[in-house]
Amino acid sequence: MKFKSQKVAYYFFALSMLLLSLQIVYGFIMAFAHMGFDGLHEWIPFNAATATHKNLLVVWILSGFMGAGYFIIPDESDTELWSVPLALLQFYSFAIVGVIAVVGFHVGWFEGRKFLEIPRPLDYLVALNVILFLVILLMTMFKGKKRTTTAWVLTSGLVFAALLYLPGMIWFDNHTVDSFFRWWVVHLWVEGVWELIMGGILAYLLIKLTGVDREVIEKWLYVIVGLTFLSGILGTGHHYYFIGVPKYWLIVGGIFSALEPLAFLGMTLFAIQMYRKGNKKHPNKLAIYWTLSTAIVAFLGAGLLGLAHTLPGVNLYTHGTLVTAMHGHLAFWGAYASLVLAIISYSMPLMTGRKIYDNSIGHMAFWFSNIGMIGMTMAFAAAGVAQVYMERIVGLDFMQAQLEIEPHFFVLIIAATVFSIGITLFIINFIKFGVPVDEAIGEGEEFSALQTS
Amino acid sequence: MLSKKQAKMFFLGGTAVFFLIFIGMTVDTLVNGVPKYTHASQIDDQVRLGRHLWDSNNCMGCHTIMGEGAYYAPELTKVYERRGPEYIKTTFNFPGGWRPNGRNMVEYNFTEQEKEALVAFLKWVGESDLNGFPPKPSVQLNK
Ligand code: HEM
Ligand code: HEM
Ligand SMILES: [Fe+2]
Repeated sequence: MKFKSQKVAYYFFALSMLLLSLQIVYGFIMAFAHMGFDGLHEWIPFNAATATHKNLLVVWILSGFMGAGYFIIPDESDTELWSVPLALLQFYSFAIVGVIAVVGFHVGWFEGRKFLEIPRPLDYLVALNVILFLVILLMTMFKGKKRTTTAWVLTSGLVFAALLYLPGMIWFDNHTVDSFFRWWVVHLWVEGVWELIMGGILAYLLIKLTGVDREVIEKWLYVIVGLTFLSGILGTGHHYYFIGVPKYWLIVGGIFSALEPLAFLGMTLFAIQMYRKGNKKHPNKLAIYWTLSTAIVAFLGAGLLGLAHTLPGVNLYTHGTLVTAMHGHLAFWGAYASLVLAIISYSMPLMTGRKIYDNSIGHMAFWFSNIGMIGMTMAFAAAGVAQVYMERIVGLDFMQAQLEIEPHFFVLIIAATVFSIGITLFIINFIKFGVPVDEAIGEGEEFSALQTS
Repeated sequence: MLSKKQAKMFFLGGTAVFFLIFIGMTVDTLVNGVPKYTHASQIDDQVRLGRHLWDSNNCMGCHTIMGEGAYYAPELTKVYERRGPEYIKTTFNFPGGWRPNGRNMVEYNFTEQEKEALVAFLKWVGESDLNGFPPKPSVQLNK
């Protein structure tokens, strides 16, 4: 760690870990409900559980991104954070809004718009909070001595993510229009600007961990985010096939969304190539594992499993079935959850001075969570394909088909248990690090000498 | 070989071009497409209230309409056609929560007017032109 103020990141990472654990609890509640055990229905009905599961996901990932911003931007700009008290204010207000939202879901205060269930009054607080976050980052960059491409890509990803939240806050009378703009948030986040954030964080990690020349890494970063927007913007059309808009979206959405995996393939090749070119001297093996797995699993979950149902002819049958949940889990896990775990694994030793780089708990956390998540994906896939076949091809009634696929949710729960063991081990490591200390300043700076240029 | 500057131009240029196309298509969709495809003129106060209830009760947290939502309870795009208004209205305030096949719906406390509004909303959804969704099963075992 170079600057004292980078320690602010710790708060956000700790919040991420807490919310991730809660998210998993709600996942189990839903998995049991799908299997027919809905004993909690009276207190936590499925729609409260699902809103909580999805929003905790989004909030812990955003919290991880914010922590990453506070850790990376001072380092890249070569200056202390503009204001630590304001960053702490931003942290506490963010956490409080999150708590209000989650408690609200349990007393039926929500807006049934998938992924945007947070009621509109709270949206304004979220927006204010994010503006404060961005002001702190931008001020830091402007007072800094350096402005690197990596820092710009990361920051513009965060700025555009904030701007894209706005169309999701407007009320439209027509449900179709509402849905249309909801995808500006959800799709243009995960298949657009969040990929800038992902590219920025990955580039930072690769520069630090492999020692490859910054100019080379940043050139490819541009190519990858270029591919992202080239395909991802018009790729939004894959959510417009069947919501009451003209047919040209079937063609445009089909073609461009089928190109989206290229950007993810780019990330995979980029990371592997840089790792191979690099000097492999960095001792933080766990951070390297998570960085590479992010690049690889994102391609599997988002790229391949996305492609599997993105053509209109296929999507007509899979749209609105558990096939979507199969893709949603591995894509979010590979691209964004693993990314946050990667930056945490990289930064914690530097902030706390404790060299937990390569311990067996850390490796077990890595393998259990990844294997568990792949198992969960396969369980959702089996359930989803069976559902499509019975409901959409053979014409069984919805509930009849659901009763047939209950066993797959048993498999889901087994795999989810393996996954949860992995996450628990990750959190044990996180706790073992303890809290950041000022003595850790200068920690890790010796590795800058490893850079090849 | 590609230089960093060229890579940057590729990124900025590509993004600008495709963003403009996207905005153009959005305008055409909203102005010429949606009113026709969704019979926007039929959105009256009833449908509006129905949608408000649909949103504020997070029905999408269990069901899908237009294929969007959660996968715990039936797709409702064509429910008006499939079940008719009376059946739909029975499900809302059913004592203990509607539970025909082992999965429990939340027990609501809607007024007659609210029930009518939800039915009107679901009818409106069912009449929208969704480019062939939901697909007709190729084999019909139940019928
Ligand atoms: C990291 C990137 C990605 C994430 C996190 C992600 C996540 C998701 C999630 C959560 C959904 C469900 C949305 C909903 O129904 O509300 C979804 C839907 C979908 N995704 Fe992705 N996705 C990613 C990338 C991709 C890519 C690259 C493709 C195409 C190649 C793709 C294709 C699709 C399709 C076709 C659907 C619509 C499913 C339907 O409702 O019929 N996704 N994605
Ligand atoms: C123990 C772990 C977990 C279990 C048992 C679990 C289970 C579930 C279940 C049953 C659903 C609801 C499907 C429906 O609508 O009926 C769901 C939705 C979802 N979960 Fe999880 N989950 C777990 C962890 C995660 C993690 C770690 C992530 C992200 C990395 C995640 C992301 C999502 C997303 C994006 C959806 C919405 C998918 C869609 O509607 O297409 N879940 N989960
Ligand atoms: Fe998408």
